[in-house]
Amino acid sequence: MAALDLVTPVLSDGGTWRFPANEPLRLDSGGVIEGLEIAYQTYGRLNADKSNAVLICHALTMDQYVASPHPVTGKPGWWPRLVGPGKPLDPARHFIICSNVIGGCMGSTGPASINPATGRPYGLSFPVITIADMVRAQAMLVTALGVDTLFAVVGGSMGGMQVQQWAVDYPERMASAVILASASRHSAQNIAFHEVGRQAIMADPDWRGGAYAEHGVRPEKGLAVARMAAHITYLSEPALQRKFGRELQRDGLSWGFDADFQVESYLRHQGSSFVDRFDANSYLYITRAMDYFDIAASHGGVLAKAFTRARHVRFCVLSFSSDWLYPTAENRHLVRALTAAGARAAFAEIESDKGHDAFLLDEPVMDAALAGFLGSAERERGLI
Amino acid sequence: MTNAVIREDFREILRLVRPGSRVLDVGCGEGALLDLLAHEKQVDARGLELSAEGVAACMARGLSVVQGDADLDLDHFPDRSFDYAVLSQTLQATRRPRHVLDELLRIADRAIVSFPNFGHWRVRWSLLSRGRMPETKALPLPWWSTPNIHLCTLADFMALTEDLNLRVDASAAFAGRGPARPMNPASAIENWRSETCLFMLSRNGTPPSRELPAASGDLFGG
Repeated sequence: MAALDLVTPVLSDGGTWRFPANEPLRLDSGGVIEGLEIAYQTYGRLNADKSNAVLICHALTMDQYVASPHPVTGKPGWWPRLVGPGKPLDPARHFIICSNVIGGCMGSTGPASINPATGRPYGLSFPVITIADMVRAQAMLVTALGVDTLFAVVGGSMGGMQVQQWAVDYPERMASAVILASASRHSAQNIAFHEVGRQAIMADPDWRGGAYAEHGVRPEKGLAVARMAAHITYLSEPALQRKFGRELQRDGLSWGFDADFQVESYLRHQGSSFVDRFDANSYLYITRAMDYFDIAASHGGVLAKAFTRARHVRFCVLSFSSDWLYPTAENRHLVRALTAAGARAAFAEIESDKGHDAFLLDEPVMDAALAGFLGSAERERGLI
Repeated sequence: MTNAVIREDFREILRLVRPGSRVLDVGCGEGALLDLLAHEKQVDARGLELSAEGVAACMARGLSVVQGDADLDLDHFPDRSFDYAVLSQTLQATRRPRHVLDELLRIADRAIVSFPNFGHWRVRWSLLSRGRMPETKALPLPWWSTPNIHLCTLADFMALTEDLNLRVDASAAFAGRGPARPMNPASAIENWRSETCLFMLSRNGTPPSRELPAASGDLFGG
C-alpha cells in the first residue's frame, strides 16, 4: 500500500489501496467484494484544511493515469488540457485523485483479479457491477486518503455518469461537479452499440466463456472489433469524412479485403492497439454497468428528485453539438432536472465537429468555460 | 439601442434589487448585469441565455448560466425560486411575451422588465413622416433584421399587466443617453415621451415568499 505522505512535497503518488476483509464493497446486485483493491494516482498535496481535493472519474476505457505516463503504452496522461501545471486543475494548488473503476483492468478489482474464494481469476463469476458501485468504491478510497469533502468531482462520458452518481449518493461530500458529454441514462442506441461490442467479444473462440486467462489465450479479435465499432461512435461523421474521406492506403484497389481505405487501416490500428492495454471481460462488465445506468429509475422516474439533496452543489454541464453518442438533448435533460431540483447549474452546448471525443480535445470555448467555472468554485471555497 | 441606454438600464436594476437576493437574468448575454449584481449586491446570480458564446463567457466569469430559450425553458424552474426575474430589452424579442411575463412571475416574486416603447414620439413620427418601419436610437435595426417581433407601446404593456393582474411596484423611463427618471405609466404623455421603459412588477395579492432587508438608496421605494 502506498502511504500518502502529507509532509514532504510530492507531485505524484499512487498505488493500490487494499481494503481489509471487514470493509467489503456491497454491490447493488446484492453481491459483495471482499478484499477490495483500488488502483489510484494522486497529484499534488492535500492542504492543511483538506479543502483542495478533486476527484477525476474516468471514461469507459481510460484509467487512473490522468496526468502521468501510462505504464503499458508509455503515452502521457489522458487529460492534459485539464490537469497539469498552469491548467485549471493544477497539482501545485489541488490534490487530484483519479482511480481505476472497479471492474477495470489497471489494478482495481475486476474480472481478471483472483477470486479469493477459488484462487483463480474471477472471469464471469465476477459480480455484475453498476456505476453506483464504482462510486461507492471511490468514496471508500477518498475516505481512506483522508479526504472528507471534495472541492470538485469531474468527469466526461462514463466519468460524467459517476459525477452524477456522486451528486445523488454523496452530495454532502462535494462542492462542485463537472459533467462533460454525458447522460443520465443509457438510450436504446447506446445499449445497442454496447451489445454489438459484447457479442463481438463473446463470439471470439478464444473468449472461452470468459475463462480465457485459465487457457492462456485472449479474445483479441473480438475485443478489437468491439473497439472498432465503439470508436466510430466517438467520432462525428464530418470529422471522419474530413480526416479520411475515400483516401486509399496505396495506389489502386486491392480487389480483395485488405485495408484499402485509410479509414479501415485507422480502425484496425485502433482495435489492435486497444487489446494491448484492455481486458475483454472488463469491457463486458463496464459496458454493462453503463447500460444499467438510469438515475431517474431509482427515484420514481423523476430525475429532479435524485438531486434534491444536491442543491448546494455547483454544476457545470457541457455538451458538444456533433456528439451523437450522448447528444445535447440528453445533457439538457439533466440540466433541466438540476434546475428543477434547485441546484446551481451552468450549461452550454459547445460548437464542435469532433463528436463525443471533443471533451478530451482542443476546444478553446470549453477550456475557457471550465477554467472559469473551476476558478469561481475555488474562490467560493476560499482556495484562491 | 445604444450601450449608454443599456448601462442606464442596468444602473436602475442595480438600484431596485436588494442585497443578498436570488436573481434570474433571462437573456443575460455575456453576464454583464449578473456580474454587476453579484459584485455590488452579493446576489445569488443565475442566468438563461440563448447563445453558446454568451453562456461560455458567463461561465468564464463564474456565473451559473444555462443555455436555453426564454420561450421554452422557463417552465423548468420551480415556482417562486427567485426573488427577482430580470428580462432586460428581451420581452419584445420573445415568441410568446404574454406567456413569458406570466412565467417570470411564477418563478420569481418580482419581475423587472424593460422594453423599447413603440409609442415614443420618434417612432410615431418616423412611421408617420416616412411611411417606413421606424429606425431610431432605441430600435436601430431595419425590419428585416431586427430580433424584435413583438413590439408594444407603454399603453399596450399596461393593458397586459392589468390583464395578467400584475401590480406595478416601480416604473422608470429613459430617453437617449439620459439617466432614468421616475415615470407614471398611467399618464398618456409618458407613452409619447418614454423611449425605453422599465418596470418592476409583482402579482396582485401575493406577498413576497421571504422578507428581504431594505435596500439602501432605493430610487423607487420598491
